[in-house]
Amino acid sequence: MTSDKKQLDLTAIRERLRAQTGRDYWRSLEELADTEEFRELVHREFPRQASEWTDEVGRRGFLKLMSASLALAGLGACTTQPLEKIIPYVRPPEQLVPGKPLFFATAMTLGGNAIGLLAESHMGRPTKIEGNPSHPASLGATDAYSQASVLSLYDPDRAQAVTERGRIRSWTSLQVALAAEIDTLKTRRGRGLRILTETVGSPTLRFQLQELLRALPQAKWYEYEPVNWDNRREGTRLAFGRPMSFHYRLDQARVVLSLGSDFLCSRPESVRYARDFTARRRARENPSDMNRLYVVESVPSPTGTIADHRLPLRPSELGRFAQALAAGIAGGQPGDGETPGEHSKWLDALARDLSANRGQSLVIPGEFESPEVQRAAHQINSALGNIGKTIEYTPEPDGGRTSQSDGLRELAGEMGDGQADVLIILGANPVYAAPADLKFAERIMKPRLRVHLSPYLDETSRLCHWHVPETHFLEQWSDAEAFDGTVTIVQPLITPLYESRSAHEIVSLLQGRYRSGYDSVRDYWRSQQPGADFEKFWKTALNDGVVPGTGSAAPMAATSAVAPGAQRPQQGRTDTQGDRGEATGGPERRQTGAASPPGSTTQPRPGQRAAAPLVALQSPAQKKSDLEVGSTARPGGASLELIFRPDPSVYDGRFSNNGWLQELPKPLTKLTWDNAALLSPRTAERLGVRSEDVVELRYHGAAVQAPVWVAPGHADECVTVHLGYGREYGGKLATGAGFNAYRLRRSDTPWGGPGLEVRKTGERHRLATTQAHWSIEGRNIVRTGTVEEYQKNPHFVHEKEHGFGPELSLYPEYEYEGNAWGMAIDLNACLGCNACVVACQAENNVPVVGKDQVIKQREMHWLRIDTYHEGNLDNPKTVHQPMLCQQCEKAPCEVVCPVAATVHSSEGLNDMIYNRCVGTRYCSNNCPYKVRRFNFLQFSDKETPSLKVMYNPDVTVRDRGVMEKCTYCVQRINAARIEAKKEDRPIRDGEVVTACQAACPTHAIVFGNINDPNSQVAKLKKLSLNYSVLGELNTQPRTTYLAALRNPNPELGTE
Amino acid sequence: MATVDQPKTATPRPEGYEAPPSVLEGDHTYATVTDKISGIVLTRKTPLSWFLIFGVGFSLMMVFFGAVGYLLLKGTGIWGINVPVAWGFAIINFVWWIGIGHAGTLISAILLLMRQEWRTSINRFAEAMTLFAVACAGMFPILHMGRPWLFYWLLPYPNVMSLWPQFRSPLVWDVFAVSTYGTVSLLFWFVGLVPDFGTMRDKAQNGTARVIYGMLSLGWRGSASHWHRYETAYLLLAGLATPLVVSVHTVVSFDFAVSVIPGWHTTVFPPYFVAGAIYSGFAMVLTLVIPIRAIYGLEDMITRRHLNNMAKVMLATGLIVAYGYMIEMFMSWYGANNFEQYMSRNRMAGPYAPIFWSLILCNVLTPQLLWFKRFRNNVVVLFLIAIVVNIGMWLERYVIVITSLHRDYLPSSWGMYHGTIWDYATYAGTIGLFLALMFLFIRVLPMISIFEVRSLVKTNRRPSHTE
Amino acid sequence: MAQIFHRSFNSISRASIPIVFLLVVAGAGASYVLYKSAYATRATVPLNQPVPFSHRHHVTGLGIDCRYCHTTVETSAFADIPPVETCMSCHSQIWTDSPMLEPVRESFRTGQPLEWTRVHDLPDFVFFDHSIHVKKGVGCVTCHGQVDQMPLMFQEKTLYMEWCLECHRQPEKFVRPREHVFDMEWKPAEDQLALGNRLVKEYKINRMTDCSTCHR
Repeated sequence: MTSDKKQLDLTAIRERLRAQTGRDYWRSLEELADTEEFRELVHREFPRQASEWTDEVGRRGFLKLMSASLALAGLGACTTQPLEKIIPYVRPPEQLVPGKPLFFATAMTLGGNAIGLLAESHMGRPTKIEGNPSHPASLGATDAYSQASVLSLYDPDRAQAVTERGRIRSWTSLQVALAAEIDTLKTRRGRGLRILTETVGSPTLRFQLQELLRALPQAKWYEYEPVNWDNRREGTRLAFGRPMSFHYRLDQARVVLSLGSDFLCSRPESVRYARDFTARRRARENPSDMNRLYVVESVPSPTGTIADHRLPLRPSELGRFAQALAAGIAGGQPGDGETPGEHSKWLDALARDLSANRGQSLVIPGEFESPEVQRAAHQINSALGNIGKTIEYTPEPDGGRTSQSDGLRELAGEMGDGQADVLIILGANPVYAAPADLKFAERIMKPRLRVHLSPYLDETSRLCHWHVPETHFLEQWSDAEAFDGTVTIVQPLITPLYESRSAHEIVSLLQGRYRSGYDSVRDYWRSQQPGADFEKFWKTALNDGVVPGTGSAAPMAATSAVAPGAQRPQQGRTDTQGDRGEATGGPERRQTGAASPPGSTTQPRPGQRAAAPLVALQSPAQKKSDLEVGSTARPGGASLELIFRPDPSVYDGRFSNNGWLQELPKPLTKLTWDNAALLSPRTAERLGVRSEDVVELRYHGAAVQAPVWVAPGHADECVTVHLGYGREYGGKLATGAGFNAYRLRRSDTPWGGPGLEVRKTGERHRLATTQAHWSIEGRNIVRTGTVEEYQKNPHFVHEKEHGFGPELSLYPEYEYEGNAWGMAIDLNACLGCNACVVACQAENNVPVVGKDQVIKQREMHWLRIDTYHEGNLDNPKTVHQPMLCQQCEKAPCEVVCPVAATVHSSEGLNDMIYNRCVGTRYCSNNCPYKVRRFNFLQFSDKETPSLKVMYNPDVTVRDRGVMEKCTYCVQRINAARIEAKKEDRPIRDGEVVTACQAACPTHAIVFGNINDPNSQVAKLKKLSLNYSVLGELNTQPRTTYLAALRNPNPELGTE
Repeated sequence: MATVDQPKTATPRPEGYEAPPSVLEGDHTYATVTDKISGIVLTRKTPLSWFLIFGVGFSLMMVFFGAVGYLLLKGTGIWGINVPVAWGFAIINFVWWIGIGHAGTLISAILLLMRQEWRTSINRFAEAMTLFAVACAGMFPILHMGRPWLFYWLLPYPNVMSLWPQFRSPLVWDVFAVSTYGTVSLLFWFVGLVPDFGTMRDKAQNGTARVIYGMLSLGWRGSASHWHRYETAYLLLAGLATPLVVSVHTVVSFDFAVSVIPGWHTTVFPPYFVAGAIYSGFAMVLTLVIPIRAIYGLEDMITRRHLNNMAKVMLATGLIVAYGYMIEMFMSWYGANNFEQYMSRNRMAGPYAPIFWSLILCNVLTPQLLWFKRFRNNVVVLFLIAIVVNIGMWLERYVIVITSLHRDYLPSSWGMYHGTIWDYATYAGTIGLFLALMFLFIRVLPMISIFEVRSLVKTNRRPSHTE
Repeated sequence: MAQIFHRSFNSISRASIPIVFLLVVAGAGASYVLYKSAYATRATVPLNQPVPFSHRHHVTGLGIDCRYCHTTVETSAFADIPPVETCMSCHSQIWTDSPMLEPVRESFRTGQPLEWTRVHDLPDFVFFDHSIHVKKGVGCVTCHGQVDQMPLMFQEKTLYMEWCLECHRQPEKFVRPREHVFDMEWKPAEDQLALGNRLVKEYKINRMTDCSTCHR
């Protein structure tokens, strides 16, 4: 569609809009959606799918269905296919081979931290995300969020046109409107201009904003993200006198303690951490070198599940625990047995273990734990000499910046008393996500002009005058910074689907001169590359997905010149401008420690590392006070502690319209389409509530109603609520699911605290979980052991088998001359992080079915993560087991299919042929692993245009009434085979990588040719830890598992 | 009706011997028999109760068509099935109806070969019932498919895909077993009807009726050669049909027995499925026959002796079934396979335990009443027991299909199953279809074999040698 | 009493038996024939195209190689339809004002692509890869017929699965030396089976009859 055509349509529509009083945006859009022009303008406004996802039996017209089913009803058998068009390019683009995908390096930012990605493009359509092997935060793997980002791009609910008060406007009209404002602002030196962004991870954007602030010094820029890292900053400030950013070197750590941190799954760099951590956990290579993980946490987390020792403590207890540990270790008498409290044995053993591994140990503070806990962790790390070895610090680019919560409070105040005249919100959704006590929804009405840039028409957009659709990262030019300073140029794979713009473009507009994102990014980097051949630099940067010269280099010593008990710096914003300006020297400055902002850390001097403990050990009085603070919440008292956490699926709410993530079973709870109030079994008993009971949570006056979910392993006397649900606007899927935890949130205690009251309402709310039964019923499906066991008897895994000797079969064994595909899954490395699940969904066009269907147990995931608890309810041992088609040699499904729709291939695959399937479902009944999925209804959306182009063209989109299941990504196998044959060579090991394997951060999944003794998978299958699930059925699965090994502290034993 | 006193005889009977009432009561002549039976169809006014029952059946049949229509529009998702329980009502009903369909052929064929002449007055009726039951049963395997319009892929026929069905699959065996059974039963029934069509043709007053009966009677003139050919054909068909009585439900039981699911993978299934089939078959015959003989005053042709014998057959087969349940449980314990053991425990104490225990009540305990002549001779009690057994047999299939599937090997995939409104509608619908067909048959065809009953007339006075 | 049926009914009824039987057989046969007919398969039926492009003219007449237009046939699953640019590389010089070519020129001017009607259209659940077939010595003619004889393009084969399997089960019956893949006129000098068997060995051709070879 050409732009002038758009204009034309717009005018027409504007006319229509004037005619009627647009009450509510959606409403008026729906009215519009019927008109031809509008359809043409915004392709298709409303997702058919959405209604179908949430509705039991869809909402399609009776007649359409009639015709559809008739067409299917092979009357079909005799009718010919409809004529298809085939449309060639007029002028073909460079290096594009039709029918072959291309990969482009880009990056996705979350919480200001980037993960490097490779986006797969089919004929110009991004269809799949892979990790970028040369990016430090990815190393080729991804997390669930980046996998699901493709769906967000094609989401039919995205805002699609610039609007003013809900009416469609042209981009130019916005430019005009802003231009006028800017002129007046210039005269006032920017007074009254307030800019609110999310945590900015883009050097270019940071630079642009600072330029803007230089031009308009009275203006102010605030960063706020509901899931922010304030406590991390504050913790380092307490410990070292100035904020530092830091990251871990888990490959160097032998003993790791997590104080409430889900460091293997929760952060953007977790993918990297998980890789490093599990690298030291492959006990099979050298058992003696296996690392040991202690986790003290309030909320059960994936990290906790692979811990060797896990201790559930509620936040206040955790605080005291940390202080006690710090005192013990930094005080130089670790584990003197004098530490008080019921966990003294645990604590002492831990302290001894840590101190025994000086320089090889690591204490990781929870991102959301109190600054005191953070400080304690830093104290211990410096006391143990881990700094520079297992943990590295770099100075914050602008140390003076106040915390995001304070910033937002300041902004709210300014809006309240009218200081804020023009409010520009870039990306954030504060009306929904701001702490309740700031009354953002009221105060935002004060500023005279409010402009909002966001991908959806959300709660904030509705209260702003102007709304500009924000480009998806696959549509825009930008750049993004990773945890260690590595910068990636974000390049678009597709021109924006709708009338959307990026933050760069809006800011440039505010600067008075509109420039495309491309120009802004390029100009910034040209300024960073004086002299050097820029074009060459640019090409390499784009090609590698890593800007040369950026990234972690020699870390700075974490010591600082600040005297003990230093006051927290109180610079106002203006003071920090210069600082900021300098800081935008760009990431590549960071790595050369020399160039650091004025007033920031100086070069490390000898002996300063020793000084760190001094800093760390300041003011014992403060520690005592902490202990008092910590002990205010009495267990058993009426008041419980409240804990906020970002949701494992929808994060802070930004992903809440993403069907893949909404239906993604959350780790450990397996909840979908909802959030819940997590309680420990004991607390639930005390309160007399069961799962799915609706309770009223009352916290400092605010109250919400939430369904209870009893979570084994949760700390007692505290309640966890996940953010990101209870949306009111922002998409068909986002709205209506779950409850809004932000209503309880307070700006002074953003991550919760004591003072929560829980009242039973007597109502019940049905929650959709994908797993109903958590006990393993004494079946040896998942097998675990300790390193000692393994060293004593490498074959201990197989002694648990209750097989009946060699089984006989009616059918002869198959012969495999060529490849024989197989998979090995290392239960020791699996965190249950779900990356593989979404990767599989994206690769194989797996449909989303909606909450009702999940309740009916009809979810379609080809790959699911089974989670089993064993041991006591209050602190169970938990194991994850990725369960997918086992591709059995003697497959029970094959013999019972009446039409040979599932058959054995010459390479040992258990082929599933959708177009032959008549849907007797016999195969599913006869599958002992229940990994087959059936299209009970028309689940996959074949109508929404934007979703049609999202599908992977190499995989059939299944229709209703057809069985489907994991194929070992046979499309990838075939592609590799064809390439190999064209080059007259066998397929190399590692040439075929399944989607789940590619996504897995920990290399837990290994796929390959088991006929080739040198292949990685064949080697793994030779290990004594290797076993097959339900082997006694003689199904002879091609997918086998490596038993999980734990490395418990002998002092504590395997309690 | 008044109880008929036993024929007095000098010779003392052995212990526990009960002189059966004769096959045909009242003093019937050839003429009376013919008139009475053909009269039901030709002359007599249709009784009100016929309209009532047929009305019920017909409306339920409409429900069925509605349910099927919606099913074809939306897909099997409208039912309660899911993963792990991918088979639900459809298969339960299929097995149930097929089972019911067993009585007919058994009565006609096996009893014929055994020269049990008491069969004569109920075989026509039972065969018809068989046909309609099989018709109902036959629909379910097709309807339960995800893409029913492709059912013909289960048949071996030359096609452009150059593909065959997968002959290792029990479902393909089902196709052959059921279709064969249906065909043979139909033939058997029709051949048996031919002489009576002749009679009807001759007695019919209405012209069209005569033409139709005439065509159906294939020019039957009752000549000696006709009778000779008829006897041979009928005997041959009886011979053909006999193995089918055993084969069909054996094959159906393979659907389960061949699988790997605990609770299905059992060698005892074939025998006890067959027994169960006959069990339910006779139960259904009784359920229908008792009211009908009351409606049409056929007590003299379908006598208490018939009811009595059928009751005995039910008792016998019921005991076999009970043994089946017992041995299943025993084996799962004795086999020391923890999956099997869990399955048994789960059946008896799991979420579906109530269904299991009511099944035991219906199928094992209630029929024990049949040990007592008092109950066997009490028509009402017999009727109730028959109903109970019908329910019980349906529950049996429910237990087998659902409780085995809902908790199999991996606890992570365990789940629950509940039928939806559409499941029940479809089930009730087939019952309606069955009733409607049944009563149409009664209305337009002689429900009792005229000529065979006539052959009994002469034996009316003295007990036949078979007793 | 009066006869219900006329005596002729005797013969009619007898005749009816074979007649019914025949009808059934005939019905089955007819549907099978229909299913294989051009009506169902669209084989041998030329389709309307925006421009009446003649392969005969361009291949036989001008001797243009297949790969000049179908550029990616050796490298990709998709043989590619030439972009308008390719057409214009000649037609900017010759036939520059032929009305027949106006759509091409217009597309080149406006950038609006031409919309050809797909001639060889496999169902969406079938995945075919040109490059590997070319590599293994399957001639264009084997599947597309003598394109050089087609004034308007049409599909020659049924494209039914049985047709695919003919070759996938017995490649030796169809394969040819690689150098002759694009040769429209090539005929085996020797006995095809002998040649085929040799080539099957030489080119390492397997009988790819796994379902997942084409269905994913």
